[in-house]
Amino acid sequence: MDETRRAFLAGAGKYIILTGAASLAWDYVVAGQPAQAPNYTATDHWWGMIIDIDKCIGCGLCVRACKAENDVLNEPGRFRTWVERYQVDPADMDHPTVDSPNGAYDGFPEIDKPGGGVKVFFVPKMCNHCAHSPCVQVCPVGATFESPDGVVLVDKDRCLGCRYCVQACPYGCRYIDPRTHTADKCTLCYHRITKGLTTACCEACPTGARQLVDLKNPNDPVHEFMRTHKVHVLKPQMATGAKVYYNGLDGSVR
Amino acid sequence: MPGIDGFIYPNEVELQWSVLIVLYPFLTGLVAGAFILASLERVFNVAAVKPTYRLALLTALAFLLVAPLPLQMHLGHPERSFEMYLTPHRESAMAMFGFVYLWYLMAVLVLEIWFDYRKDLVLTWRASTGLKKWLYGAFTLWSDDISDAALRVDDRVGRFITIVGIPSAFLLHGYVGFIFGSVKANPWWSTPLMPVVFLFSAIVSGVALVMLLYIALSRLRRVSVDMRCLDTIAKYLLYAFIIDFSLEMLDLIHRIYEADESLRALDFMVKTRLFVSQIVVQIMLGTLVPIVLLGLTQLVRFAERTRRAIYVLAGATTLIGIMAMRWNVVIGGQLFSKSFLGYTTYKMGFATREGLLPAILIMMLPFVILAILLRLLPPWPSGHDVKA
Repeated sequence: MDETRRAFLAGAGKYIILTGAASLAWDYVVAGQPAQAPNYTATDHWWGMIIDIDKCIGCGLCVRACKAENDVLNEPGRFRTWVERYQVDPADMDHPTVDSPNGAYDGFPEIDKPGGGVKVFFVPKMCNHCAHSPCVQVCPVGATFESPDGVVLVDKDRCLGCRYCVQACPYGCRYIDPRTHTADKCTLCYHRITKGLTTACCEACPTGARQLVDLKNPNDPVHEFMRTHKVHVLKPQMATGAKVYYNGLDGSVR
Repeated sequence: MPGIDGFIYPNEVELQWSVLIVLYPFLTGLVAGAFILASLERVFNVAAVKPTYRLALLTALAFLLVAPLPLQMHLGHPERSFEMYLTPHRESAMAMFGFVYLWYLMAVLVLEIWFDYRKDLVLTWRASTGLKKWLYGAFTLWSDDISDAALRVDDRVGRFITIVGIPSAFLLHGYVGFIFGSVKANPWWSTPLMPVVFLFSAIVSGVALVMLLYIALSRLRRVSVDMRCLDTIAKYLLYAFIIDFSLEMLDLIHRIYEADESLRALDFMVKTRLFVSQIVVQIMLGTLVPIVLLGLTQLVRFAERTRRAIYVLAGATTLIGIMAMRWNVVIGGQLFSKSFLGYTTYKMGFATREGLLPAILIMMLPFVILAILLRLLPPWPSGHDVKA
């Protein structure tokens, strides 16, 4: 009787707390197979992100939200997302001054001498969830993979910790988690987006500079946005099929 | 942050591949080079190098046995490394390492050594008693046919294995070069010349090592060195070195002339953080010095004693130079940011898991294994040497 009551309460609690679509998928998410959830079909989605450079104010809320949401260690060299500040002399675009103190976890210190003919802007960075990921290509055991909905993920139970993927990523998006000795990176908050939520960084961004987009959803505003704006990806010469699209990206950004 | 100049991506503060990964191409290079020297005699009938034939094979085996060790020490989860055999990711350059390694170890080296030593093993088996008898019986796989017909078969098979072995040795080390050369994110590594450069530097280092071992072991055994053999090895070392150096210069000239976006960062790095290890140690001390020394012996007729001293000096500087080359590739390739806007520093630990101490121990291990192998499988049948 006790067992039944406990099971009932647990079940009811779960359904009350997680309403609607999310609760249906919950068992599958917990089992590590969100793609199998009845109301989430992985092949119906193709995830990416739009980052609007002119909207980013460098507050670092996205960095803090990401670390909190995903239990990312708050120490140097462990960032699933970070923000860079560029100071570019228009006459010398090849030599920008760039900083990202602690990944902009606490935002940025003020510039000593503002102005002076230098343009300043912020560039949020994260895994580009490439369609042809060099990191996925090099993994010797297939521990890192592209999901059917276009998210690059790492299976911590298979990863050898050889670090080849960290070397292969042109964007510096990967690191080794010292707790598991395996590769770690942005999951595009896979546990959230498969339940109909947006990512922690998008949710936290006060200016809407970051927008999660589903390129397979015909109703997603991304299509209109891409038609009417000049967007760019990082390091297009790498031909990685990056799916983080930047609006207003400056040519000096590396 | 100390040790960092300019801007690097926040995740780049940790260097991923340590001194242990420097040892990996160094060790496999010695294996491939030693094997190529052995095959000179066997396949190309360079009879002069015969005294080093078996020594070269045993050296290759001793170093090959140790080659995966630095990789295992480096892995976050060494207990999962067997997965590379069970569920290899076929698109991954690294996934094939296990197969290339096993092929080379079992199908080439061990087989060739076995066929070459079979007669000696059987004779030792017959002549010994007790545990030793059992051990050598096991070595022969309890097959004691050493009739002329059987030995002719051994010789033919051995020759065939060597012929298969040459492309295998090329594959082993060319493949190690490919692991680096195929990383498009890293301009310091990403060049199709990398496997070829690795291969020729491998030949250079392996030949130099066997040459030095031959001189050292002759001294230990108090027998005189076969100078015809030594002169021939030195000549091939010089040839291989000239090809190796030309390839590396071709790579350098190509980079400088092409001057793509990475050049400024790499150029700065070579002139500052890599200046000592690249310009001074690798190119000057480790390449130009041995090439000039070896070249001199081809032009001037020195006395035997002088030639031997020159070979020792050239061999030692060669090994230092090739080690520096591996260092400059592996560590150098991680000192600049992929943003090309900054540089970091490699801080090597000492008694840490990937520090200097384990690196030194790993480098000593092949010599211990070689000493055991030389005792079990003497490369020089007694009576063949000239007493000094």
